[in-house]
Amino acid sequence: MAQIVIKNLRKEFGAFTAVQSSSFTIEDGEFFMLLGPSGCGKTTTLRMIAGLELPTAGEIYIDGAEVSQKPASQRDIAFVFQMFALYPHMNVRKNISYPLVSQGMKRDQVRAKVNEVAEILGITSILEKPVGGLSGGDRQRVALGRAIVRDPACFLMDEPLGALDAEFREHMALELRALHDRMRATTVYVTHDQLEAMQMGDKIVVMNHGVVEQFGRPQEIYDWPATTFVARFIGSPAMNLLNFDGMVGNGSAEVTLSDAPIKIPPMISGASGPLTLGVRPEHIRLDDSAPLKARIKAAEYLGTTQIITLDTPHGPVKARIASDQPATIGDTTGLAFDARSITLFDSTGHALISEANQKVLSHG
Amino acid sequence: MSYSITEPSNRQKWIAGGLVIAYAILTLLPLAWIIATGFKTPADAIAYPPKVLFTPSLEGYVNLFTSRSRVTPEDLAALGPPTTWYDEIVRQYGMVITGASRYGERFLNSVIIGFGSTFLSVFLGTIAAYAFSRFKVPLKDDLLFFILSTRMMPPIAVAIPIFLMYRQLGLSDTHLGMILLYTAVNLSLSVWLLKGFIDEIPIEYEEAALIDGYTRFQAFYKVVLPQAATGIASTAIFCLIFAWNEYAFAVLLTSGTAQTAPPFIPTIIGAGGKDWPAVAAGATLFLLPIMVFTILLRKHLLRGITFGAVRK
Repeated sequence: MAQIVIKNLRKEFGAFTAVQSSSFTIEDGEFFMLLGPSGCGKTTTLRMIAGLELPTAGEIYIDGAEVSQKPASQRDIAFVFQMFALYPHMNVRKNISYPLVSQGMKRDQVRAKVNEVAEILGITSILEKPVGGLSGGDRQRVALGRAIVRDPACFLMDEPLGALDAEFREHMALELRALHDRMRATTVYVTHDQLEAMQMGDKIVVMNHGVVEQFGRPQEIYDWPATTFVARFIGSPAMNLLNFDGMVGNGSAEVTLSDAPIKIPPMISGASGPLTLGVRPEHIRLDDSAPLKARIKAAEYLGTTQIITLDTPHGPVKARIASDQPATIGDTTGLAFDARSITLFDSTGHALISEANQKVLSHG
Repeated sequence: MSYSITEPSNRQKWIAGGLVIAYAILTLLPLAWIIATGFKTPADAIAYPPKVLFTPSLEGYVNLFTSRSRVTPEDLAALGPPTTWYDEIVRQYGMVITGASRYGERFLNSVIIGFGSTFLSVFLGTIAAYAFSRFKVPLKDDLLFFILSTRMMPPIAVAIPIFLMYRQLGLSDTHLGMILLYTAVNLSLSVWLLKGFIDEIPIEYEEAALIDGYTRFQAFYKVVLPQAATGIASTAIFCLIFAWNEYAFAVLLTSGTAQTAPPFIPTIIGAGGKDWPAVAAGATLFLLPIMVFTILLRKHLLRGITFGAVRK
């Protein structure tokens, strides 16, 4: 059980910078997600925490001890690999025993411990089988078994569900989360799947191009993205981003798009020039009386809701509305936004601070 | 272009089977000839037309392992009756056994040099291949190319420099010299083959072991080596076959203490008439160790020979 503090962590591979001065704190017992597209530096960050890569600069504290230059074996961590990395020449029991044998634990103690772990994971019946013939899910459980058998300070997982079938992934995700809730061990989990991150994580770090874009609870990140990258990356469909020229100042509560006034949360910071208005699809209503006009281009039926794609002078917009609301392709309608949930971004793509997102964005 | 995999028709199977059998006969016939000749009498061995059916005799093997001397019939009679079955065979020709031949020691030399150089090539090859596969080695590509380039001309092309060098260094006609020579020739093959095999082993296995509390060497020894066993076995067979069968350098660099079997076997011909059965017997016995070694490792060899092209 441990708190992990990452301070100004940086990793360069030759001329390429994989991670640029990242800082964040993972609290004891947290299920922590490192989220981002491939090549964003999330796996490199995880591998630095594990000790499989040494950072170019910066510090890593596990439970208060600086470990950034220590070998993996001295960090008291367990790592679950994407491809499981079960030792193929050993059976399930030997795979799970392996970390204990390296610590020189006595044989009957190892046996008892492995049985206990197998019980937790429901793999007692396959303990003596070779790992070669196991299904993906069982391999995953064995890999988890090898990780938890040692009672490490924290678990590091690199896309552990990435190699599983879609339907089984869902099931394993729940199992993993349940296991975490039972053991309460700090877990750092790398994924590129935003749904997985939202579903399982207590906290999420969103990374892009080696930079931490945002750090917070799933709902904070979903509701109040700190950058346009996060706005686009999280949510399906993603947040709508409408580009416009305008000016907002401290206290502004309205912007104008194509002569249509739009209410926004009262601003604390200000900016002018090219701006971007971000609004989630579910915070848009189709309202013929609204001043901002758009033409309906497509409708996707999703059961209880439907996704309407509209053309506006500021780019395409997707709205999630009830499926019984009529929407005819080709019609022109008005767009009404829920004023409380709008985020404005400046020309560099960073969110402007408003009364609504102030609490979320000021701590990061 | 697209291809689909279909079950071959019966006719295709028959044709394929026929071709395989024809090829097997073609390659096995000389081998059968040699093995049969080893059990013929000298007269049967050179009979024309060749005798397919013959009374087997161990004369070839007796002659292979003994040195003999011709004596007068009176002396032979004075010796009394032959005491052993091999005495009896030899005396039919008016000869007596004077001692053991050199074949045994030459064979032993082959074993020492063949297996010694195979072990060394595979051992050095494995650690070099591991380093090339896993670590950032400066000038890695150039070094690998250099290692490969030692194979770009036939080794015998450098026979004269090696001959002179070995004479200077006192390595001529020594076991160590031959082991080093064959290792040098085989090493490029073994580094390249083994690098291919080790590249195929996911690095996660070692990383998992490192996290599980093992040192780098333990991870290599306990995780990588068992995984590379297939590759190591097939590499060992290739190295052994080369070192075991090598003739030209053996003729050039050895004459006595370190002479291997290949240059020795032809010299049997000269000792008292053209003794083809003895030569054939020597060749037959010489084939055995490679055959046994290959059969022992054949499971690995079959899998290994695909060079890890198919993911397990």
